[in-house]
Amino acid sequence: MSIEQGVGKTRSGLFSRLFGALRKPEEEPVTDEWLDRLEEALLRADLSVSLVDPVMLQVRDVVREGRAKTVPKVLDAVRDALVAVIPPAAEAPAGTPRVILVVGVNGSGKTTFAAKLAKRLRDGGEKPLLAAADTFRAAAIEQLESWAQRLQLPVVSGRPGGDPAAVVFDAIQAARSRGNSVVIADTAGRLHTKGYLMDELEKIVRVAGRAREGAPDEVLLVLDGTQGQNAILQAREFTKAAKVTGLVVTKLDGTAKGGAVFAIANDLGLPVRWLGVGEKAEDLVPMDARAYVTAMLPNG
Amino acid sequence: MFEQLQDRLAATFATLQGRPRVTEADLEEALRDVRVALLEADVSFKVVKQLVATVRERAIGQQVVQSVSGAQQVVKIVHDALVEMLGSEASPLERATTAPTVIVMVGLQGSGKTTTSAKIANVLRKQGRKPVLVTVDVHRPAAMDQLEALGKQLGLPVRRADPKSVPLDGGDTVIVDTAGRLHIDEAMMAEVESIVAATHPTEVLLVVDAMAGQDAVDAASAFKARLPITGLVLAKVDSDARGGASLSIRAATGIPVKLMGTGEKLDAIEVFHPDRLAQRILGMGDVVTLVEKAQEVVDQKEAEEQAKKLLEARFTLDDFYTQLQQLKKMGPLGDLLKMIPGMGQLAKQLPQGPEAERELRKVEAIISSMTRGERADPSIVNGSRRKRIARGSGTTVSDVNQLLKQFEEMRKLMKQLGGMAKGGRLPYHLPLRR
Ligand SMILES: Nc1nc2c(ncn2[C@@H]2O[C@H](COP(=O)(O)OP(=O)(O)OP(=O)(O)O)[C@@H](O)[C@H]2O)c(=O)[nH]1
Ligand SMILES: [Mg+2]
Repeated sequence: MSIEQGVGKTRSGLFSRLFGALRKPEEEPVTDEWLDRLEEALLRADLSVSLVDPVMLQVRDVVREGRAKTVPKVLDAVRDALVAVIPPAAEAPAGTPRVILVVGVNGSGKTTFAAKLAKRLRDGGEKPLLAAADTFRAAAIEQLESWAQRLQLPVVSGRPGGDPAAVVFDAIQAARSRGNSVVIADTAGRLHTKGYLMDELEKIVRVAGRAREGAPDEVLLVLDGTQGQNAILQAREFTKAAKVTGLVVTKLDGTAKGGAVFAIANDLGLPVRWLGVGEKAEDLVPMDARAYVTAMLPNG
Repeated sequence: MFEQLQDRLAATFATLQGRPRVTEADLEEALRDVRVALLEADVSFKVVKQLVATVRERAIGQQVVQSVSGAQQVVKIVHDALVEMLGSEASPLERATTAPTVIVMVGLQGSGKTTTSAKIANVLRKQGRKPVLVTVDVHRPAAMDQLEALGKQLGLPVRRADPKSVPLDGGDTVIVDTAGRLHIDEAMMAEVESIVAATHPTEVLLVVDAMAGQDAVDAASAFKARLPITGLVLAKVDSDARGGASLSIRAATGIPVKLMGTGEKLDAIEVFHPDRLAQRILGMGDVVTLVEKAQEVVDQKEAEEQAKKLLEARFTLDDFYTQLQQLKKMGPLGDLLKMIPGMGQLAKQLPQGPEAERELRKVEAIISSMTRGERADPSIVNGSRRKRIARGSGTTVSDVNQLLKQFEEMRKLMKQLGGMAKGGRLPYHLPLRR
């Protein structure tokens, strides 16, 4: 990631003109205090120090050399540099039914996300089927079933204590015979440090592939936006157990910013697909890197 | 969860210890490392800033620069500052003078309140108390079912209640599990305020995810501003989170950490001992001793060469063997390994005392039963080679597997460290080098 590029781009870029139009005639000059505030904002957004330090180093250089003198100019550069960290989400070809596996650590927001995504896909004209494959946590099945009922969506459930891989298998079969276009499978929360649970996840993936070749098409890792640098370790381990295709950041309706995903995107090249912004079914927005970054920066 | 912070800082102090005199630049470099280590451990930005400032001020006040024992002094200053941050005494759960004792559990969504409620009930029952679980989470789908199922597993009564009328009868201790809520959600904060006002709890416990990030301090402060929070419970401590955010809450708000959750099972909860923890995180005295011992025994040049190899992941089983030999000269193995930054993990896998020596002999036997090619590149050691090595060394295939796996893990860890070093962040300062 390079601030240099950022500075270069904004000179002629569309956004520079957009932001430029909003600027006051006298632009606020960059001061040392303001630079400190910028650094603080980035770190407090849980952006990793391994990203913030090089960014700030470059920012200070650029400012010292007089290549960017005003706050908006520097903000644009930082914004562009951070936006460039998040790889764009490419649509991969998917089989029928499309299979989406929802994974993550305990309490990150998987079940809620699975329900939200199902609703959104249904509203977009698809025919989703939910799979309640968290057979471990108390009342996890009831939780997804209650969402399904509320949203009037079909759900295939396992038995408490049953084999989660079998639930996913059954759901794919059921989707095929009932004509559902997409299966969204909710899995149990698992800490990435527990080898046996990571093995279980590997098995779920394997068995999904047996039900439909190439499945799952998407493995979405749900990260709690209030968590810090540990998210990086989570992503690393989960990508080892399953081919994670994208990230979901939840709980962004609070004051946390989920900045750890930048290091994840940077290290693992994973796109961020969805943002959770509340507890209701409609509180889901597609990732917009520019808006996301803007929310992390100090305003002016 | 805390070992990595310890390891990270230990490496810094090992370098500092190696300097004959601490220069101003050394001090600044050490402080930079301390800052990065703490930020990477999710210690709150403000707490880090304050801590670094405190250390700098005290270091200058004590004139560590140019003093011969400067390094030890800096180590001690950081140590003390961190201990101040962690607090020192365990805070047990209080009990009401007249029954029932009411415990209200609060926190952000998904932090672990429901599981923790059941765990506390389980602990109290084992202590001879009669706990009742009450759920007032009317918000999250099936949240009440969840607590009910946990109660059933424990054979304890669970009652569902409206947040406006919480029943307090049926036992000597009532544990109230509330819905997860955001600290900025006015309606929800008002709801929990009224629950607390109506139930007169002895304990209001804020459950915090050990993996929490920078926002945790603000969230906790907001909860504290509205509710008489009496303690924190750290949940999911069995993760590899460094736990800095949860510890910052103690520093920033003064709320003591009372308990920690260490697994999904209902008996996985422990009393939190900040003093023991501080020692675990810091273990600085050990590092000092180790560095001194290492200086006596290890050939300087060789150690440097090995540290470099380690970081570049060129480290082979041969090198490992050499290091083990050197370690042996330095004393009881288990204790020694524990003192080496980055080796804490390995040390834990090793038994202590005479058994450790036996274990070491086994490792030596395995390595010496390998061919040179195998030692240089363990990835070629397939199943039949493993059998041969096991036979040759008088061990089992699973012993061989275990050694190779541990070695690989260590290499990976070192590679990560090496990557950081190349990034210019972490100078080459591994354990045995000076
Ligand atoms: N404020 C807010 N809360 C959320 C969001 N997403 C989920 N939650 C809440 O977070 C809590 C945990 O969500 P779940 O969906 O049950 O999380 P999970 O990952 O399925 O949890 P386990 O299955 O127990 O590991 C619930 O109280 C949700 O209502 C979000 O975007 N914003
Ligand atoms: Mg769930």
